[in-house]
Amino acid sequence: MVLKAFFPTCCASADSGLLVGRWVPEQSSAVVLAVVHFPFIPVQVKELLAQVQQASQVGVAVLGTWCHRRQEPEESLGHFLEGLGTLFSHEPWLQLCRERGSKSWNCKATRRQGPAPLAPACEDQVMLIFYDQRKVLLSRLHPPAALPERQAGDATASAGGLAAVFDTVARSEVLFQSDRFDEGPVRLTHWQSEGVEASILVELAKRAAGPVCLLLACLLSLVSAASACRVFRPWPLSFIWSKLSTCEQLRHRLDQLTLVVSTHRAEGPAQLMRKANTLVSVLLDMALGLLLLSWLHRKDRFAHLAEALVPVADRVAEELQHLLQWLMGAPAGLKMNRALDQVLGRFFLYHIHLWISYIHLMSPFIEHILWHLGLSACLGLTVALSILSDIISLLTFHIYCFYVYGARWVCRHPPPAPRGAGACSPGPWAQTGSRAGRVWGGPHPDGSGLQALLPEDPRPVLAVAPVPREEVERPAPARGLLLLRPGPAVHRDLALHHPDFPASYHGPVLPGVHPAPAPSGHRAGPGPSARGPHQLAAAVLAWPPAVPALQACGRREVPGPGARGWPAPAPPDADKPSALQPRGAHLPPPQLWLPPQALLGFPVPQAVLRGAHLPLEAERGQAGLRAWPPARLAPPSARCQGGTHLLLPLVVGASAGPTRRISTRLRSWGW
Amino acid sequence: MAGPGAGEPAMEDKRSFSDICGGRLALHRRYYSPSCLEFCLSCPRISLRSLTAVTCTVWLAAYGLFTLCENSMILSAAIFITLLGLLGYLHFVKIDHETLLIIDSLGIQMTSSYASGKESTTFIEMGKVKDVIINEAIYMQKVIYYLCILLKDPVEPHGISQVVPIFQSAKPRLDCLIEVYRSCQEILAHQKAASMSP
Repeated sequence: MVLKAFFPTCCASADSGLLVGRWVPEQSSAVVLAVVHFPFIPVQVKELLAQVQQASQVGVAVLGTWCHRRQEPEESLGHFLEGLGTLFSHEPWLQLCRERGSKSWNCKATRRQGPAPLAPACEDQVMLIFYDQRKVLLSRLHPPAALPERQAGDATASAGGLAAVFDTVARSEVLFQSDRFDEGPVRLTHWQSEGVEASILVELAKRAAGPVCLLLACLLSLVSAASACRVFRPWPLSFIWSKLSTCEQLRHRLDQLTLVVSTHRAEGPAQLMRKANTLVSVLLDMALGLLLLSWLHRKDRFAHLAEALVPVADRVAEELQHLLQWLMGAPAGLKMNRALDQVLGRFFLYHIHLWISYIHLMSPFIEHILWHLGLSACLGLTVALSILSDIISLLTFHIYCFYVYGARWVCRHPPPAPRGAGACSPGPWAQTGSRAGRVWGGPHPDGSGLQALLPEDPRPVLAVAPVPREEVERPAPARGLLLLRPGPAVHRDLALHHPDFPASYHGPVLPGVHPAPAPSGHRAGPGPSARGPHQLAAAVLAWPPAVPALQACGRREVPGPGARGWPAPAPPDADKPSALQPRGAHLPPPQLWLPPQALLGFPVPQAVLRGAHLPLEAERGQAGLRAWPPARLAPPSARCQGGTHLLLPLVVGASAGPTRRISTRLRSWGW
Repeated sequence: MAGPGAGEPAMEDKRSFSDICGGRLALHRRYYSPSCLEFCLSCPRISLRSLTAVTCTVWLAAYGLFTLCENSMILSAAIFITLLGLLGYLHFVKIDHETLLIIDSLGIQMTSSYASGKESTTFIEMGKVKDVIINEAIYMQKVIYYLCILLKDPVEPHGISQVVPIFQSAKPRLDCLIEVYRSCQEILAHQKAASMSP
């Protein structure tokens, strides 16, 4: 039968002595734990083994002899070692011998075949297995409780063998606590015989760890209690704490430190490893943070950082402003919706101005803030990086504001579903010009989107749907009365808020503006052929400043389409005005016509006084009655006086009828 | 973990085989006892010709870069890269010997000895070993044979939890594998017989 002898590698160079260990009869294995050296007193050796057995519950015994012949072979030693077998009887008796300068070993295991002391002994074959005692002890492999239950008997025996070996070594820690410097009765050789594996620093740290951990645990508990205080719970603060990554990191660091300095002992190796890993990660983080801090404090880098911040911010703001100016013009040659561009552009410019003001306001304090925040690097590099992240977030807060505005807009006004060929892709805001004249007033079908921009306007606003290739709005089914073409903000404001503006209808009040469509949603207003003159004349005659003038001249209604001389409205199933429900007093639809040529160049009030508002025939009559001097044609110059307008000639092309010159106005604030 | 056997000298024999690429392999078999056997497969050492070819290629490429960039640092870098690459290859890649030690009552130990002297050892308890087999595998454009150890599944008694291949670096051919396989099967049978007996 083969006997397995597990021998520690640390004892391979030990002096001659006795082998002390445990015999595992199930696996026919002898686990050698240590070597007892000469000289010794057998009684003291037995006492030591009894103490170890009592403390560790491991059946340690003297297993045999170990002979390391460093010098010439001594026959007396051999006899002496053989005689020891009678003192420390053990079956089988292991005899290991190593020759000087030789790699081969002699291993012998003798077993008596009978109970009698003189019974013949038989030798078993010995298999010597070296094991690293330190690694086996520290790794604590194969604890018996963790072994899975096996069903096959042979597997159980074999698996239990190694587990029993490792467990024997792990449980015999008591035997390894004495080293050669101890003044004990017995001199042992094992993995810690050269000195218990620990440095003075480690020992001192172990002694000091208790009170230090207690103190740190108390301080951390105070910090935790302070952070859980009610003062920090009210809504703005709790929201801020939840959003700042610095607070998150500090909270995490507090948890880690609480785990590390906990006064409770780790319950198992897993928890111990977790503690150790946490401690190492915290120390590493702190070391990196201190490195960063030392680098920042060198060469006054805080001041350089603070000085560099403001020019960089100014440069960014300048570039953004250039970009916005470009977008507000005709970017890449695209024709945009100018009114919308202006609104958005000024909106963003204003916020950039706020942002730059905020940074300039903070600039004197940035260096001090950075210096104090840099001290937080002592808590770790992660804390410093989280502070940096928060600083960047605060410096770029404007982006978040834009995001919130846009998100609110989209959330409040989800885009409508696409409707056939005439619908364009939904968007949160107006899509203008670049798509060949598509206009989009507001995304909400009931037109309430624009009211968000002009909340003070109580009148409902119609949304407009895009119509391809024509700058004509096709508003959604009418719910309100105001039909609006997105134009300059000021212009729109005037259209909305002018007190003289009839609230009952606002049909052709602006060029390109038409009454609300029929319920079928067809395009309203005159046909394309007559659109141009109608628009211009309507603009002339129905312009808010002109309305009081007209009223002063006796006209009570604003002309509209359908008047004499204009083409009849389209048939009901096409371009028919919708059921425009005028409120208040019923007013006839506006009638538009062209002013006579003689009045071109005059300011509107003067033109009105000279009958520009009159029909052509009446005007001819009037002209004939008018006395010298005839009206002088004013040069088409910018003769604007406080909001008055000029009539300028505009030739649109010959027609069968009398040649008429289309007049347009130079508006003081321009289209 | 396991060390040399005690007492009697082991019987040893040596035979030559070839690997899947045609290189020469030397199989040393040491017979310690009916229950303990060791196989050592020696791979061909790194040849001077291949080393020279690689070095010349790297240096020629570096010289070509040097003529383009006119920077002598490229040549120094090429020398460093060659030296470091050689050291890394010898330490991490090139395996000189692969040893298989099988002890019926203990387990199977596989040792890989690198050209730099580093040794990597893996030990499998005999209780976890289900069987040692020769398996086929598709390797690039070839079908090769390899020896592997089947490990028992602790949950499923008839299942296999893992397949551990042996001699992955040497990749001997079937004739060499059969020699090793037969010896392993003898020892496993001996071990099963010993465990079955009361």
